[in-house]
Amino acid sequence: MSESLPEEAKAPESYRVLANIKDILEADPAGGLETVKKAFADEFDRAQKAIEQESDDFDQLKATRLAFLGDKGAFTLANKQMKSLSKEHKAEVGKLMGQARGRLTKALEAKNAQLEEERDTRILIEEAVDVTAASPRRGLGGRHPLNILQDKLTDIFVGMGWEVADGPEVESEWFNFDSLNFKPDHPARELQDTFFVEPASAHLLMRTHTSPVQMRSLLSRELPVYVVCPGQVYRTDELDATHTPVFHQIEGLAVDKNLTMADLKGTLEHMAREMFGPEAKIRLRPNYFPFTEPSAELDLWHPGAKGGPAWIEWGGCGMVNPNVLRAAGIDPEVYSGFAFGMGLERTLMFRNGVADMHDMIEGDIRFSQQFGMEI
Amino acid sequence: MRIPLSWLREYAPVPADATAEDVMATLVKVGLEEEDVHRPTDELSGPIVVGQVLTREEETHSNGKTVNWCSVRVVPEGQKQTLTGKGIEEDGVQGIICGAHNFEVGDKVVVTLPGAVLPGNFQISARKTYGHKSAGMLASAKELGLGDDHNGIIVLSDLGLDPEIGTDALEVLGLYDEAAEVNVTPDRGYAFSLRGIAREYCHATGTDFDDFVLKLAERTPAANNSGLSVELTDDAPIHGKPGATRFVVRSVSGVNSAAPTPVWMASRLRLAGLRSISLPVDISNYVMLETGQPLHFYDADKLDGGLTVRRAQAGEKLTTLDEKERSLHVEDLLICDNSGPIGLAGVMGGASTECSTETSRVMIEAARFDEVSVARTSRRHKLSSDASKRFERGVDPQLQAAAAQRAVDLLVELGGGSADEGVTDVNNTVAAEPIELPAGYTAGRIGVDYSEEQIVSLLEAIGATVETGSEGFTVTAPSWRTDLANKEDLTEEVARLDGYDKIPSTLPVAPPGRGYTAEQVARRAALNALAAAGMTEVFAYPFVSEEDNNLWAAATEGEKLASVKLTNPISEAEGWLRRSLLPGLVGVLKRNLSRGFKNLAIYEQGHVFIPGKQLGSKEIPGLGVRPSDEVLADLNAGIPDQPRLIAGLFAGKEHEDMPGATARAYDWRDALDASRLVADSTGIDLGVAQGQHQAFHPGRTAALLASDGTVIGYAGELHPKLLKSLDLPERTCAFELNFTALLEDASGPVGAYGIYGYPATNQDVALIVDAAVPASEIADALAEGAGELLEDIRVFDDYRGTGIEEGKKSVAFALRFRANDRTLTAEEASESREAAVALAAERFGAVMRG
Repeated sequence: MSESLPEEAKAPESYRVLANIKDILEADPAGGLETVKKAFADEFDRAQKAIEQESDDFDQLKATRLAFLGDKGAFTLANKQMKSLSKEHKAEVGKLMGQARGRLTKALEAKNAQLEEERDTRILIEEAVDVTAASPRRGLGGRHPLNILQDKLTDIFVGMGWEVADGPEVESEWFNFDSLNFKPDHPARELQDTFFVEPASAHLLMRTHTSPVQMRSLLSRELPVYVVCPGQVYRTDELDATHTPVFHQIEGLAVDKNLTMADLKGTLEHMAREMFGPEAKIRLRPNYFPFTEPSAELDLWHPGAKGGPAWIEWGGCGMVNPNVLRAAGIDPEVYSGFAFGMGLERTLMFRNGVADMHDMIEGDIRFSQQFGMEI
Repeated sequence: MRIPLSWLREYAPVPADATAEDVMATLVKVGLEEEDVHRPTDELSGPIVVGQVLTREEETHSNGKTVNWCSVRVVPEGQKQTLTGKGIEEDGVQGIICGAHNFEVGDKVVVTLPGAVLPGNFQISARKTYGHKSAGMLASAKELGLGDDHNGIIVLSDLGLDPEIGTDALEVLGLYDEAAEVNVTPDRGYAFSLRGIAREYCHATGTDFDDFVLKLAERTPAANNSGLSVELTDDAPIHGKPGATRFVVRSVSGVNSAAPTPVWMASRLRLAGLRSISLPVDISNYVMLETGQPLHFYDADKLDGGLTVRRAQAGEKLTTLDEKERSLHVEDLLICDNSGPIGLAGVMGGASTECSTETSRVMIEAARFDEVSVARTSRRHKLSSDASKRFERGVDPQLQAAAAQRAVDLLVELGGGSADEGVTDVNNTVAAEPIELPAGYTAGRIGVDYSEEQIVSLLEAIGATVETGSEGFTVTAPSWRTDLANKEDLTEEVARLDGYDKIPSTLPVAPPGRGYTAEQVARRAALNALAAAGMTEVFAYPFVSEEDNNLWAAATEGEKLASVKLTNPISEAEGWLRRSLLPGLVGVLKRNLSRGFKNLAIYEQGHVFIPGKQLGSKEIPGLGVRPSDEVLADLNAGIPDQPRLIAGLFAGKEHEDMPGATARAYDWRDALDASRLVADSTGIDLGVAQGQHQAFHPGRTAALLASDGTVIGYAGELHPKLLKSLDLPERTCAFELNFTALLEDASGPVGAYGIYGYPATNQDVALIVDAAVPASEIADALAEGAGELLEDIRVFDDYRGTGIEEGKKSVAFALRFRANDRTLTAEEASESREAAVALAAERFGAVMRG
């Protein structure tokens, strides 16, 4: 037909037919239509073969599409002749054209989707990394286990309706000793190796126990009082495996009508089970503290102790001495109370198997990090 | 208190096969806590036998030493050796080299045979030495662990002993005995004696105690006029109590003070922790341990006239038994004769009237001194003696005559003396007041329904007399229980003797609580947030130097801060309480660096101590009475302010290089972020301004602000010079925030704003301003100028250099606009942006970067 197709002579029969529909139909209106029909079918087969066999990547697929649907594709050339066809031919050829192009477009899309799928899969494989080679960019640090322990203990009491009280670490001698029934010259006062603040006439010291917070609670709260007082305390001990001049205690105080030593025992037993499991139990042994009468030493039956279940000294306790209640302006004939206290360092030592107190105070990051946020 | 078992068995039914551990397990039930076991045979094992020296040949050797080559018979003559073992001779005669020279042929000595083990795991075997085969050792007291005496070997006749050859020497020396050591609480002075311990042992085992002191008392002669005259005076009693209330004097003549202390007594004293010194001293200690009554023995011939007890006068001096001259205080109670002070009452005797091995007439003092008086003197002179320990805790006021009688008996029996007729007994003691114990009181305090019979029998067991009335009981405590003063004390006795294990468990129900306080919730949230952000919480002691406080807690160099100083710090250099957590954290950081950790992010929370106008209170109230509100207010006013701070340090890198991620060094932003995290996790807005602090980098420091503009902390890079002087890594960063002050900004419930879905319009703007203008202030101006359409503003660039005039900077902001009720048009957003820029231009001369 035209000069624009220099290779038309080499082109397949179907291409040549479609490029010259008008001439063929005009030359042979009846037989020509059969020739055209066959050409549409053959050209589609040729295209399908090209999609299947010669379109292995996006570039080849594009070339295939252009070869058949581009400006010089047989279907495009055929389409350009439509307006010159007779009315009846126009309908026939139009139908053939629509079918062929529709099917071809679908085949191209399918092939394109297949190539996309193959590409996506390949990229995901290429992007793979070794996740085991990564160490954390910002890992979990750690709370100090003594503080976690303190939180755990106060949680138990808050769960029972108790409240948590804080108080100053530099205290008046009255709150630390006299108000708690430590007589000025009594040996019990000497046993608490006290850091004093200069000058001595100021009567200030570093609190030797958290008990002054008990007195503060009694003076500032409405009765009944149920409080626990955790905190840092000070004694002039040398640092060694089981002593440190700065350590932590938690104390509990309940003052109400008709409280008995049985109530003290029940409270301690509840606390022991919460901390050490349902097998834990407690035992009281007579002891002496100026601020309680009767007084007792508290032993814990620790089911998980290193080397098997065992009794372990845990703390001290007793019924609040009436002189302590009087110092807070409370009538001991109406109210009674119990109090208890234990060292957090010691508790952590036997609960979590910490062998040496140096570890708790030296600040080596490994110590806190081994616990993270849970002890 | 160390209790030799053989001694305890004299007064309490201790089974023959009971060990010290068994005794402690029994005593712990009644409240005497286990301390230790003292058992010589834990370190000492045989064969160790009595031998007799047959021959002794002195040999001088080339090393200049003279030794004795001895043959020692270790089985009775005519008998064969029954012991076997390497180096043990069948004929019962051992060849032994001995370096000591204090013995003669014929002396009986202690022979440690091959196979014996001495303290320090010293194993005895036959060995070649000085040209002989020495098969055993002649033992000294020190080698057997009996004391420090190493002046030669033990010669048994010196100890007054003549046992058969071949006898087990451990038996002869009383070394199979053992002692249980228990802790006696300060209230129970009576338990500082065998008498008290035996009574407690009987309580623990439910047996009756037969009080030997009561039997002694029956044999005690009445006071008469021929004894030494004694006058008790006190012109300055402490708390209204006279210093001495009882004073018994007895004397024994013709005592051989040089006589050896019998082995049984020396052995018991040793197990009780006391060294054997001389017969009189040993007897006085023995009676003290046995009865609980401290005694003092004078050499009667050195006394000048009768005795007077009085308070010291200013300037008086006394040389005590330990050869120290002591300047006396007017509160010290003294024993005096015509020559002046001869003893610190109840604490230590004087040197001038001390007994010696020459003493023939021993004057025995058995007194009762006031607890507080003795305690103060003992503390004042830093002189804690076995006597003062007992007097401080209270001595039975009825014990003196009986204890003196026991001492007389022993001096007669062991020292060959005879009791003098004179007996002095000045007795000003008053009987204990009876205590009313209402019926039901004990049950109400303990939670056990004790019967009337139980209460009476338990109280009678401790020696009290009990009268039962319609309302309850009238109880008179026994004389030795000076600690029993009220119904609570009696309640403890009932509960203790019945057994604390009989007390049931009940769980009291507290009234509904308010849970944690806002401060407690916030503190936990903040501390958890810092840990979750990768920081590690540590502790440091709050003891610092004054310089530390002036550096870290004062923003300006040269500022001197008031700090709380300790009277008795652990180290004088760190004798002050911290006003900043950072010096402690620096110590922790250095320790971690020295342990090989390079990348560190640590934090601490804790109190700092800031003295106020009033430090402490001049007067403090007494016991058992509620102080007035004014007095309480005064006590509280004197307590230093103690806010809680949170501080942290960052050194090194957040992480090291790893595949796909390069290392990032910590910088000042990490310190600032951590401060913001503390505030954010507690729901409080933290203000940030450019800050200046002597410890921080002058250009890389943020001042942290409360809502009213108060500086409540700093965050940033530490000053390079400081880092160098502290030998810390370059670029170490820090923050410190006053958490207590921060929480004052906590407000009520957060008022929520609505969330609207209309699209946002984003616009950027770059402004050129003076380099000194803080970006935050420009952002504030832009936000104010933009009005309510502006939803968010953020700085995303700060450029200085080419294209920007010297001294200026270009700061770029990303602005996000949104309306609540419509989709904004680009024009509306631009209008708003222009208004924003206009205000920035007005305030700071900002110019849009074209």
